[in-house]
Amino acid sequence: MDVLRRLVSVVRTVIGVPDYERYLRHMHARHPDCAVLTPAEFAKARLDARYSRPGSRCC
Amino acid sequence: MRSVRTVILWGLIAAIGAAALGRVALSRGESINAAWLLTAAICTYLVGYRFYARFIATRVFVLDADRATPAMRKSDGHDYVPTNKWVVFGHHFAAIAGPGPLVGPTLAAQFGYLPGALWIVIGVVLGGAVQDFVILCSSVRRDGRSLGQMAKDEIGPVAGVTALVAVLGIMVVLISVLALIVVNALKSSPWGMVTISLTVPIAMFMGLYLRFVRPDKVLEASAIGLVLLAGALWAGQWVAANPALAPIFTMTGPSLALLIMGYGFAASVLPVWLLLAPRDYLSAFVKIGVVAALAVGIVLVMPPLAMPAVTQFVDGSGPVFSGKVFPFVFITIACGAISGFHSLIASGTTPKLLAREPDAKLIGYGAMLTESLVAIMALIAACVLTPGVYFAINAPVAALGTTAESAALAVRQWGFVLQPGEMDALAKSVGESSLLSRTGGAPSLAVGMAHLFDRALGGGGMALWYHFAIMFEALFILTTLDAGTRVGRFMLQDLGGQVWPKFREVTWQPAVWMASALFVSMWGYFLYQGVTDPLGGINSLWPLFGIANQLLAAVALCVGTTVIIRMGKARYAWTTLLPLTWLLIVVMTAGYQKLFSPDPRIGFLAHAEKFSSLYSAGTIPPGVPSLAVMPRMIFNDRIDAAVAAFFLVSVIVIVVESVRVWVGVVRGRVPMNSSEVPAQSVALFPAD
Repeated sequence: MDVLRRLVSVVRTVIGVPDYERYLRHMHARHPDCAVLTPAEFAKARLDARYSRPGSRCC
Repeated sequence: MRSVRTVILWGLIAAIGAAALGRVALSRGESINAAWLLTAAICTYLVGYRFYARFIATRVFVLDADRATPAMRKSDGHDYVPTNKWVVFGHHFAAIAGPGPLVGPTLAAQFGYLPGALWIVIGVVLGGAVQDFVILCSSVRRDGRSLGQMAKDEIGPVAGVTALVAVLGIMVVLISVLALIVVNALKSSPWGMVTISLTVPIAMFMGLYLRFVRPDKVLEASAIGLVLLAGALWAGQWVAANPALAPIFTMTGPSLALLIMGYGFAASVLPVWLLLAPRDYLSAFVKIGVVAALAVGIVLVMPPLAMPAVTQFVDGSGPVFSGKVFPFVFITIACGAISGFHSLIASGTTPKLLAREPDAKLIGYGAMLTESLVAIMALIAACVLTPGVYFAINAPVAALGTTAESAALAVRQWGFVLQPGEMDALAKSVGESSLLSRTGGAPSLAVGMAHLFDRALGGGGMALWYHFAIMFEALFILTTLDAGTRVGRFMLQDLGGQVWPKFREVTWQPAVWMASALFVSMWGYFLYQGVTDPLGGINSLWPLFGIANQLLAAVALCVGTTVIIRMGKARYAWTTLLPLTWLLIVVMTAGYQKLFSPDPRIGFLAHAEKFSSLYSAGTIPPGVPSLAVMPRMIFNDRIDAAVAAFFLVSVIVIVVESVRVWVGVVRGRVPMNSSEVPAQSVALFPAD
């Protein structure tokens, strides 16, 4: 089961899905007093960043 | 003991590679097997990776596992995230590999397989992979800064601005030529048209599903999407076979061009979660799937190459595109050998994900080698077709005429074999009404792939495989097109914001709509011009794209050289100066010929001149529908000439600016300082 979950996480990162869990872990570890984004806010912020600059896609 | 074994192993790999390369290069008159080409390429990549990439890693940049990467120093859980190197490799590869390495080698096959193959293999090891690797290392040492920013910091503000404007120009040409390829693949093909159109509602369904039904279940939504894609393939076949429905979806080039422009506009103004993001997920799976399937197909079938090693078209008289093998093979094949566009990705998301500095070797150099292998496979897929079939698909109407008989005659005059019935039978077997003059490379690649898959899996499925390949190609071309249009819109908004700050606001709809419409009409202009061009459009647009892409590579290599010299490593600057010099020779020669060649098939201005005199004499050249369209064609030639001139001037500006800095640093007039961030040990940055 762990292998499967690991595989899913690898595939998701490769195709470029933002990883909310990792963001949460990071915020809890490093910035415990800061407010965290909700999953929806996080997803929106990530997508906006990805599609607003050259360099996310090639010919 | 271990070192002896290493020496023997690498000696063996080098020997096998050299033998295979010799076989590929020296065989004449007999057909050789694709296995030789594949072996030669893979052995060269292995040797290049083991020795040259390691040399750059240890001697030039001295990559240090103890030096903290931006992902560690600025770890923020979303942009800067230390990530496993194989995951970054996959991510980076999915971002750099697009339709470019598939189309370029297919077009360049008109010279025979040898010129393209040599350029792809040698170009990548000494040029393309070096560029990607050096830019990645430079960006990693600068907190993941972009190419434009590095050009400004390291070379100067003029170089920075030139780089930015060049990027915008390249995007316009890139998107228009890619859109043209899709148009040529879908023209009068109801099957293809239905299948590709259905991918849009499929992506939107996935978007809605991810937003409202099962948020964040991307793999689940993608699985549904892939099943629906298979359904779309089947629906296309059904419509094409239905006499009432088929004519509705049988489109002409110009109407397809307008539809694609509408699509690009929609993708740029709609929310990304609805269309772009789900399409991207699908496209990433498709990309990796198609590359893997192509590799498996070639390895299973091990086809002989039907194309000669070198054709007579190296003299510049080729029908697919005009121009001699030098410089045009080096312009036609950009992606796969050296692609300037990669420098934007190597200085975009990727440097912010690296967990360790030494990982840059696998990701920068290694991913580019993989893309090069894709280019070699595309070349093989094009060369398994008999030359007669290859030229009948890829030569424009102006060269072939419009009937099977005229095409067969033309191909025979070039010295290749083609029966008049052969193309009809082939078209019928792939479920198309005609395959004559389907320029752009996508249809001939799809025929080649269908041929391979069909033979690998035992026959009977040509039509399905052909449309499967067309769907895959169109899917990831449209993914580049829609994301590119959106990025172009942001760049225009940014540019316009310099004079009118409100224009920059991404939440202000009028600005969003205006910038989108402006950017779409910029690439749409070139697309429409290509669609209505009797020479097929690819003939004029692909070289422009090649020049633009190599221009960006020249910018990247100038930045790389400056970085190396400012590190105090001027003695190793030849690593980037070598490919830079070659690119400058190629781009300048090609650009000069596109502008000033007296041959109207090559020079834009000579072509305009010729058409002007024909027009004043009242003569309509072959393939041109009427006298009335000629003034527009003449105007288009002059626009193309202006674009080529703009690219050449940009190259000169960047190179002159860079050389001034290099000489200054070496002579001690310019201080050696660079924008590199000071080294910090990884020990200072504990993992989350």
